[in-house]
Amino acid sequence: MKRVVLSAGGSRILGPDPGRLLHVNPENAGDLRMLSWLPENVSTYGGDIDSILYLIYYITGAWFFLTLGTIVLFLFLYRRREGRPATYVHGNTLDQSAWILVPVVIVLGLDLWIDFRGAEVWEAVKGHMPPADVRVQLTAKQFNWEILYPGPDGQFGTADDLQLDNELHVPVGKVARVTLKSKDVIHSFFLPNLRLKQDVVPGREIEAWFEATKPGVYEIPCAELCGFGHSGMVGHLTVHSADDYEAWLKRTWPSPQSSSARLSAISGEPEDRRP
Amino acid sequence: MSESIKPHAHDEALGLWRTYVFSTDHKTIAKQYLAIGLFWAIVGGLLAYVMRWQLAYPDTAVPGFGWVPEPSMVGGIVPPEFYNMVVTMHGTIMVFFVAMPILLGAFGNFLIPLMIGARDMAFPRLNMLSVWTLALSSLVLLISFFVPGGAAASGWTAYPPLSAKAIYTGVEWGQNLWIIALALEFASFLMGGINFLTTTINMRAPGLSLFRLPLMIWMQFTAAVLFMLSVGPLIAGAVMLLLDRLAGTSFFLPEGGGQPLLWQHLFWFFGHPEVYVIMLPGMGASLEILPVFSRKPIFGYRPIVYSTIAAGLLSFLVWAHHMFPSGMDPRLAMPFSITTILISVPFAIIVFAMIATLWRGSIRFPTPMLFALGTLTVFIVGGLTGIFNGSAPADIYIHDTYFVVAHFHYTLFSAIFFGGFAAIYYWYPKMFGRMMHETLGKIHFWMTFVFFNAVFFPMFFLGAGGMMRRIANPLQYDFLKPLQPLNIFITIGAILLFLGQLPFVVNFLWSLWAGEKAASNPWAANTLEWTTPSPPPHSNFEVIPVVHRGPYEYSSPEAPEDWFPQDRPVQARPATAG
Repeated sequence: MKRVVLSAGGSRILGPDPGRLLHVNPENAGDLRMLSWLPENVSTYGGDIDSILYLIYYITGAWFFLTLGTIVLFLFLYRRREGRPATYVHGNTLDQSAWILVPVVIVLGLDLWIDFRGAEVWEAVKGHMPPADVRVQLTAKQFNWEILYPGPDGQFGTADDLQLDNELHVPVGKVARVTLKSKDVIHSFFLPNLRLKQDVVPGREIEAWFEATKPGVYEIPCAELCGFGHSGMVGHLTVHSADDYEAWLKRTWPSPQSSSARLSAISGEPEDRRP
Repeated sequence: MSESIKPHAHDEALGLWRTYVFSTDHKTIAKQYLAIGLFWAIVGGLLAYVMRWQLAYPDTAVPGFGWVPEPSMVGGIVPPEFYNMVVTMHGTIMVFFVAMPILLGAFGNFLIPLMIGARDMAFPRLNMLSVWTLALSSLVLLISFFVPGGAAASGWTAYPPLSAKAIYTGVEWGQNLWIIALALEFASFLMGGINFLTTTINMRAPGLSLFRLPLMIWMQFTAAVLFMLSVGPLIAGAVMLLLDRLAGTSFFLPEGGGQPLLWQHLFWFFGHPEVYVIMLPGMGASLEILPVFSRKPIFGYRPIVYSTIAAGLLSFLVWAHHMFPSGMDPRLAMPFSITTILISVPFAIIVFAMIATLWRGSIRFPTPMLFALGTLTVFIVGGLTGIFNGSAPADIYIHDTYFVVAHFHYTLFSAIFFGGFAAIYYWYPKMFGRMMHETLGKIHFWMTFVFFNAVFFPMFFLGAGGMMRRIANPLQYDFLKPLQPLNIFITIGAILLFLGQLPFVVNFLWSLWAGEKAASNPWAANTLEWTTPSPPPHSNFEVIPVVHRGPYEYSSPEAPEDWFPQDRPVQARPATAG
């Protein structure tokens, strides 16, 4: 078992060119609008997920101010005053309990709105799997993402398969499909900027997909407690522009003649499929 | 039926040992539960402090923890495996060893017989066995800190395979003892539940119909039902997990044909009702206190009761909302999303009823009322943010982030601490025969309320920023580095929140000896526990009271004062008498 060493106070820097990382704007500090803290969305379906977050945010925000405002108002208006007794009212008759039942009907209506809008988004994100332009197999283990590329022939289990640890490369504007497997415990494949999170469960193969809309380097943290190296288990997603992606392919699989030079990089167990 | 327990004839004859240690008196047992819960609350709070220090100032020595020997901590610095242990034990302790002992163990035991006019629980010896089983469970959990490899470190949810094999965490007996401690804890509360249900059903005073029960009793009763119906599958799961660890079985290990997700289903089938097992008694305390200090009947007694039952039933149909990204069939998500979001309906009814209770009241603000209002307002934030988690597509992003941490602290801290403190300040005079100090109580409330929000509200922002739960060092991620000022802010708030509990500790201990002597009914309240001296004698009531009305008849036109105790006979009014 590999032990990840954490340097005191410092970060473990992995992957190419961390200077290019995109992240939350630092000037957000002190911003009281909660959802302005979301990392930049670079996914085709991220906007849909964000729209659900915003829908719920505005609905619950309105209730927050309404209910707390009412409480504060009541506490002020009906604080104890000499000679002003409390009103004797039970709220058990229908006309009285209407004061709580009518708002509850509104709550129910808003609930259904959130549910139906949510169902549409869920269907768009999870309900179908668009045809894949690029495919990779991602095998999680304590505490790395092992990413297997099929190589130029597009087939897994052939000699040009290539495994890169913690580095996922995809072209922009193309559907990438990731087959998620785990060698040991449950991990969670999290791409904050792509609004994608999928647990990786040992003994199963789970398909996930995304289509990135903006070139850049983004982090791939593990979001499920997976042992002592959980903190710091992070890979990097590089989204290439079309030209850049071609160049990366050429660099990575230069030509058949020199393939023996890369043999050491090829995973010894690419077809680790359990019965 | 109320006479099924005879008054104990030999109260004074019981020695010190039977009076204070192996007592069958529900009031003493309640205090024992309270002591166990408060002890663990301090441990759980210290663990939170270690966690928060590490998150704000990663890999620097935690002040005051230099004494912890290697390899647990290194000169006060938190290694990652120690951090995982701290996270795991904080959650385990707060849910199972603070919330349940205080809210159910202490206040369920104390209040059920007193509020229903009974002399004790239906099975006093079983009651004693319950608390001592919890003490044994606590001992096992305490020992688990000191075994080689340390205590459990796989999260309070103990997802296998991480929890199922020692090599994955490096924790050997710590995890086994964790499972054993939980099994004992469940056994304790199962026995307690039998007492709660039997006593409430069979031993109510004459005239105390179900719809005259104080809401606290409805809440305790519902909580006990939920716990007893949901815990079975998890006990089975715990046995399987222990066998996986010790006997080489593979219930949850895929290499032997097992299924890791099975545990998640078993855990959350229990885990979600468990949230309400904790929530309901906390809200129950507020529901008792709000009418007393508004001098008004609770608004919508019956809608509250029906909502409680409905929320309890729904809580069995929502568990998979904890598993949206787990890899279960995506088609399951929307049904569970809908049931989850529907739970907002019964809770909205309860919250609106609490707010309507304030309407045109005559509101006073002693410490119990402040904490009851704290429970209400903090719970509103917790309830509203639950909608985010319950919506499957929104959960894709916020699952396993600090948004979830913020959300469940707003719900559970509301119940455990605001509700628990409300209950302690309100019933302390009855429990110990003395009043707590009012000014210290108010200082305690404001420090708790302000710093609680300072700690947990910014966590919603961290969650929106994508910060994952259970990571030991946010600085290991470039995208989280801009969030670090928030982490520091939260940690300072957490330290102040912890210090804010000092006035409570002082007040609690000081008032035991020096507090003003409490009258039998210091709050001018209606329910039966206030009709007997403070503290009540061994068999509670001189004469079993007869109940004439519901528990919340405040400012009734039929009563001369603004309260109308449940046991006061209806007097012929002069006009009709003549």
